[in-house]
Amino acid sequence: MSSPATQSTDDVPYTVVVGLEVHVQLKTNTKLFCRCPTIFGRPPNTQTCPVCLGLPGSLPVMNRHAFELSMKTALALNCTIPHFTKWDRKNYFYPDLPKGYQTSQFDLPMSEHGHLNIFSEDDEFADKQIRILRAHLEEDAGKSMHDEADGVADSRIDLNRTGTPLLEIVSEPDMRSAAEAKAYLQELRLILLYLDVSDCNMQEGSLRCDANVNLHIDTPDGTIATPIVEIKNMNSFRAVHRGIEFEVGRQYSLWKKNKQVLGDMPKQTRGWDEGSQVTRAQREKEESSDYRYFPCPDLVPVIVTDEEIQAMQQTICTLPADLRKQLFDDHQLTAHTSAVIINQGLGFANYFLTLATIIDDGRLAGNWMQGEVLRILNEQEQTIEQFTLSAAELGELLKLIQSDDIDNSKAKDVFAMMMESGQSAADVMAELGIEKVDSSQLEELCQRLVNNNPKIVADVQNGNQKAVGALIGQARNENSNVDPGQVREICLALIEKL
Amino acid sequence: MALTRDDVEKVSLLARLQLTDDELNSMTMHLSQIIQYVHQLDEINTEDVAPLAHTLDITNVLANDVVGECLSRDAALQNAPQRDEECFRVPAVL
Amino acid sequence: MSIISKSATQQREMMRTGELTSVELTTAYLEQIRSRESAVKAFVHLDEQQTLDAAQQIDTRRAAGEPLGDLAGIPVAVKDNLCCQGIPTTCASKFLSDFIPPYDATVIAKLKTADAVLIGRTNMDEFAMGSSTENSAIQVTNNPWDLQCIPGGSSGGSAACIAADFAPLALGSDTGGSIRQPAALCGIVGLKPSYGRVSRYGLVAFASSLDQIGPMTSNVEDAALLLQVLAGHDSHDSTSADVTVDSYVENVTQPLSNLTLGIVDEHYGDGLDIEIKSSIEEAIRVYESLGATIKHVEMPHASYGIATYYIIAPCEASSNLARFDGAHYGQRADTCMTDQQSTSEDALTRMYRSSRAAGFGDEVKRRIMLGTYALSEGYYDAFYLKALKVRRLIQQDYDNAFKDIDLLIGPVTARSAFKQGETIADPMAMYMEDLFTVTANLAGVAGISVPCGFTDAGLPIGMQLQSAPFQEDKLLRAAYMFQNATDWHQRRPKV
Repeated sequence: MSSPATQSTDDVPYTVVVGLEVHVQLKTNTKLFCRCPTIFGRPPNTQTCPVCLGLPGSLPVMNRHAFELSMKTALALNCTIPHFTKWDRKNYFYPDLPKGYQTSQFDLPMSEHGHLNIFSEDDEFADKQIRILRAHLEEDAGKSMHDEADGVADSRIDLNRTGTPLLEIVSEPDMRSAAEAKAYLQELRLILLYLDVSDCNMQEGSLRCDANVNLHIDTPDGTIATPIVEIKNMNSFRAVHRGIEFEVGRQYSLWKKNKQVLGDMPKQTRGWDEGSQVTRAQREKEESSDYRYFPCPDLVPVIVTDEEIQAMQQTICTLPADLRKQLFDDHQLTAHTSAVIINQGLGFANYFLTLATIIDDGRLAGNWMQGEVLRILNEQEQTIEQFTLSAAELGELLKLIQSDDIDNSKAKDVFAMMMESGQSAADVMAELGIEKVDSSQLEELCQRLVNNNPKIVADVQNGNQKAVGALIGQARNENSNVDPGQVREICLALIEKL
Repeated sequence: MALTRDDVEKVSLLARLQLTDDELNSMTMHLSQIIQYVHQLDEINTEDVAPLAHTLDITNVLANDVVGECLSRDAALQNAPQRDEECFRVPAVL
Repeated sequence: MSIISKSATQQREMMRTGELTSVELTTAYLEQIRSRESAVKAFVHLDEQQTLDAAQQIDTRRAAGEPLGDLAGIPVAVKDNLCCQGIPTTCASKFLSDFIPPYDATVIAKLKTADAVLIGRTNMDEFAMGSSTENSAIQVTNNPWDLQCIPGGSSGGSAACIAADFAPLALGSDTGGSIRQPAALCGIVGLKPSYGRVSRYGLVAFASSLDQIGPMTSNVEDAALLLQVLAGHDSHDSTSADVTVDSYVENVTQPLSNLTLGIVDEHYGDGLDIEIKSSIEEAIRVYESLGATIKHVEMPHASYGIATYYIIAPCEASSNLARFDGAHYGQRADTCMTDQQSTSEDALTRMYRSSRAAGFGDEVKRRIMLGTYALSEGYYDAFYLKALKVRRLIQQDYDNAFKDIDLLIGPVTARSAFKQGETIADPMAMYMEDLFTVTANLAGVAGISVPCGFTDAGLPIGMQLQSAPFQEDKLLRAAYMFQNATDWHQRRPKV
């Protein structure tokens, strides 16, 4: 599969190869190895203790909930959970790492060999499975902030974030375009949100993504691979997409110039510069890759039994992929409507499913969910859990549409009143005097209008269909409950017969 | 497996120790002696022996996710060699 | 008989019955310190007023009839690598010369709960690395039995403190012999508990999988008294064992019947000083006269203990001491460039390297270098992994031995206290001091050093008993049996 990207005549085909390393902050109350809170945005250095400050003598104790959330996530990503897992120290010096090592997992991660399926909403690529190499539990570092005040450039260190539990999810290099990488990240985020294991806020850093990118280029002498580059600092989905696209172009033109292949240089780290929309080489330390991993002697291994794995499996909710299939197979939703509903989260999707079952019409339910319901939620900055109307109450209204007791536009008025007053659909309709117009009554009204408006009838007969609108207006003046669509239909039929 | 002065210099960067010329020389000598001594372990056949990282067979030490007490910011920063009102200060991080 | 030559167990009883107050007792020790500390130099920090205030508080509470803890009013000296809130904790390192912990080690909290009176901080080899206390960046401690000699190490300050009657009880830490060796060289009792018996939380880590805190006292019943307070599970230490703590204090005076002691023949090779050898042989005869059976046991891997230890301990240390980098606490050196430093090095790396270079002494640097090298790429399997495998073989040796015997009996050290300056320039020779003690740390078993004689030069000799993990009760009772049949522990140095 060759990239359709800007290729001039002397260009040769190549394949883009992308693997993602995603760091997810887990939604725990406390840090991974101490009981400090993990709240984002607290004043600097107010969320620390001897353990996360790395003070001499302090010792770590693993957070049970962090391990459980990791296991749940790994299972949802179809990973295997080994029965034995342990923690290792990754040794390096950095001011946001007060112990001089990060407690992470090296050779025996808590999960491995999973996968997730990605698809394209607009058929940019074919549905495919992306393999997950491993997911392991480690601690986050603190934050360093560059400061050039007073003419001295130095850094300020805030250790509030130090020790926050992170799940690092490493994919295999299975993605073949920036679009696939973005879709993988979006699907992963959705799964994490459904599982309620993370806030997944890329701006706040609770979801972070690094991409390993290189190209496999078809040359007359066979396929060669360009040196792998790791892109960091991509803080949005758009940045991930753009960063990879940029890197693909850069690597290709660089290869044309210097013909360097994998192995000619060590893996390079480049940072995504959002302002300039380019990747820039980051400073490397020559010995930076020698992390001297060894088992952390302050922590003990965790043994997981089959029973525990099975019990955890039971707690996993319906996942986006299952839901997508259900919405398509059982409710005939379009890909777009389905995506809108699923992207709103599990609560929204469940509301939809209840509603669709009550009225036995997925499309009508879907249209209302992505239309009126979502509009109200957005206006009021609410989640579906805060939405005051139950699926049953909304279902009552939609049933009235199904039984032609009310037309869709009238129903929207009723919906607005229901939201405002908290009354039921029936009560609002009674109050507004809305009732179904008898069909013979409607026929009689239309006949009268056709008889009384020869000029309009003539206009219609002369091909101006729009002129019938004046008849609809008159009908509504006489009886506000008439369905404009029906009036139009009957009047046109009567004029036809003249 | 002799240790060279060059090896020692590289390790000193990894360990973030600045060694003087004299220290590099004596360190090379002492480390070589020790390394030579510990190589006596090669005499032992350990092919089927599992490594022992913990003498105690303890597993699954897990704490409940309940917030405990934090240090005040002043206590957290009290030993900082350089600080401001809110943060530790260090030479610029690149 | 002066009050300070009585055991803590007796002093405690006297305070209970109202014969003695904590202020009287503490004052007596402070007077002893005033008269002899300048010769011994056991303490690196001592606040007399604070100590007396603490004693006064206990007396006041006792007078008010308040219930008091198990060590109420008894002075306890503490090795300077145990964090104590608000009190300098330096590990005898320049790097931590100004460091004041904002928290208490679990053992310190336990001593406070037991209403002990903390009486100063004792000298040690920097970061507990050494066997002579000469690696202290603060001062050299002199052996009270011969001021020209070292007191052993790394808990040399605590050992000298007990030998010189500066306190009845002291805390030490033992990674490869750092409680037992100085106890032997100073003629006192020192017990290294089984790994996991005493919480390490707040002990500045040297080698986490080997470190244990333990009591250093002038007699066995006091060791039981202090261990009773220290031992027990701690939820702040993941490696702390949730194993029942026996009633050491109640049981210590009860002799063991059918005691079987094991002798490792390899311990009596060429390296062992002849006077020590005969003292140990005499101690074995004492046990035989008390009805004990002696068996010879094989420990085929024991002789690899030093090599194994000097891989594992430095590897862990190189990582444990990475936090001393001058960023968040400790001494930060000026980052002016030396000719050594390449101009390409950034300010941060220069700060790290110069702070650590200025803050650490030679032995600490050596072990950090050794551990960093042994863990670095390409060497892990040959050194660290290999050592962990031999470690298992050593543990298996112990397991096999303890199938047939109750306790191992043997020497603590191959030689008695040596002259200052004599060995410090030869690291390998210094490492050999741990020959008989490191295997207990590698296997996680308990060991105790008990006075068992003197050399012709008048220097103390210690014997070591070792027990299977969590058999401290047996260890203490067997040690008490010997103490009860001898008077070595009653001798005092004439400084």
